[in-house]
Amino acid sequence: MDSLIKLLKTNARLSNAEIAVMLDKTEEQIAEEISKLECNGIIKGYTAIIDEAAIDSNAVFALIELKVTPQSQSGFDEIAQEISSYEEVESVRLMSGGYDILVSVTGNNIRDISQFVSQRLAAIDAVQSTTTHFVLKNYKENGIIINNDQTDERGMISP
Amino acid sequence: MMDYDRLLSQEAVKMKPSGIRKFFDIAQSVEGVISLGVGEPDFKTPWSIRQSAISALEKGKTTYTANAGLIELRREISAYLKRLIRTEYNPESEIIVTVGGSEAIDLSIRAIVNPGDEVLIVEPCFVCYSPLVSLMGGIPVSIETKAEDEFRLTADALKEKITDKTKLLIMPFPNNPTGAIMCREDLEPIAEVLRDTNIFVASDEIYAELTYSGKHCSIAELEGMRERTVVINGFSKTFAMTGWRLGFMAGPEEIMRHVYKLHQYQIMSSPSISQYAAITALQSCFGDVAKMRNEYNMRRRFLVDSFNKLGLDCFTPQGAFYVFPSIKSTGLTSNEFCERLVQEKKVAVVPGDAFGKCGEGYIRVSYAYSINHLREAVKRIGEFLSELKEAENG
Repeated sequence: MDSLIKLLKTNARLSNAEIAVMLDKTEEQIAEEISKLECNGIIKGYTAIIDEAAIDSNAVFALIELKVTPQSQSGFDEIAQEISSYEEVESVRLMSGGYDILVSVTGNNIRDISQFVSQRLAAIDAVQSTTTHFVLKNYKENGIIINNDQTDERGMISP
Repeated sequence: MMDYDRLLSQEAVKMKPSGIRKFFDIAQSVEGVISLGVGEPDFKTPWSIRQSAISALEKGKTTYTANAGLIELRREISAYLKRLIRTEYNPESEIIVTVGGSEAIDLSIRAIVNPGDEVLIVEPCFVCYSPLVSLMGGIPVSIETKAEDEFRLTADALKEKITDKTKLLIMPFPNNPTGAIMCREDLEPIAEVLRDTNIFVASDEIYAELTYSGKHCSIAELEGMRERTVVINGFSKTFAMTGWRLGFMAGPEEIMRHVYKLHQYQIMSSPSISQYAAITALQSCFGDVAKMRNEYNMRRRFLVDSFNKLGLDCFTPQGAFYVFPSIKSTGLTSNEFCERLVQEKKVAVVPGDAFGKCGEGYIRVSYAYSINHLREAVKRIGEFLSELKEAENG
């Protein structure tokens, strides 16, 4: 299962036939393993890794640290789920350390994100404080190198 | 006026440049080429090895080492060879740390070959054996291997080329460029032929860790063979350390005593920093080796399948990181195929005949590249083949 997941993580668009050859299995076995991974909720979905800056040079990506007062029944879960439901939000993680929840957001410009932070996130009662970090440049995303100026130094042909 | 042709060493002047070099220049002249042409890993050297080199530098380990190499390293190599090929070599007197497998090949040939001696070279193979034999005044004699034998050396082919002048057999398995391996059952009949002779074997096992069906077997571990074999190996392919220039050679003391002198006069000692790093490699990096092997194996299956689907017959190689499909069905020579492929589809592969005459009709394709890179290259080769067919039919 591990090598299957690893392959899908590098390229989820490999066909079942291609994966089957690489892992020395049949196409049916691969189809079955993938659907098992999907049913068990191990594979949550397939997505494209986009270099947002290449589409729109104004696009802004931010990481927002939140300090949150845990709720008596649900702890951080309820707040985290509420934040997860916002469309602008790309990821929500509960963290150890100096703050509680880390949120990542993509916006069309800095003003969009500022508004989102001040009007949506800061407005949640349990949120005590927010710290917003704007991303200056993205080098690697989901294991894929985004800004790659490196060339293959091995040359073209060698014995 | 200098008359260079007259003044230079005739052996150097006569030496032909490698066929690979020529093709390299062609590929280099076309823009935007993607290559499947390299003979070295795409992985970076595992970090702990690099870390050891950094630490050795920081500690100022920058002097010559013992001529034969750091004794700690030779001890590790000795233990490693015992694990890998079940053969014992005394680290004090039977192992020399060399500048890559290349130096070890050169040393073997220099130590063994006298002018007029015939040296059997199993082809297709790595490009340096024959020129080095000629340099010693030896006579290179090719033994051709065939696709129907999965490019393995057979006892019959060997016997056919043995004469009373035969001195040395060069055994390059796992093989570059074919990816062929020789397992114990294949080696036994070869050993059987050699046991009654005074023929030495230089066994170039640089790809020993890259086998995909069972463990590597060396001819040295067969009965009666240790005494007539020098084993060549190194760190380049196993640990993705090509640029560190570090290999080793092991053999019976009676040979190694003389190899030692050649090595000492030629290069003194191998790079100290590389040697310290190599100790770490042998002590703790076989997990990384297994990961790389696993990755190569997936790519190997992918390429073999792809070429067979494209109609280029490709036997399933069990070693190294090359596949060697036949392009005979296209009616082109290896050179024509490769030149047109690079011009028309900007994919560089190496013509099989660069590795010996019997490589004609084949191409060497390296899978020391990512799957995504391989997929793109295969797609382009597919387009190239369909266009060839269309032109034929049109």
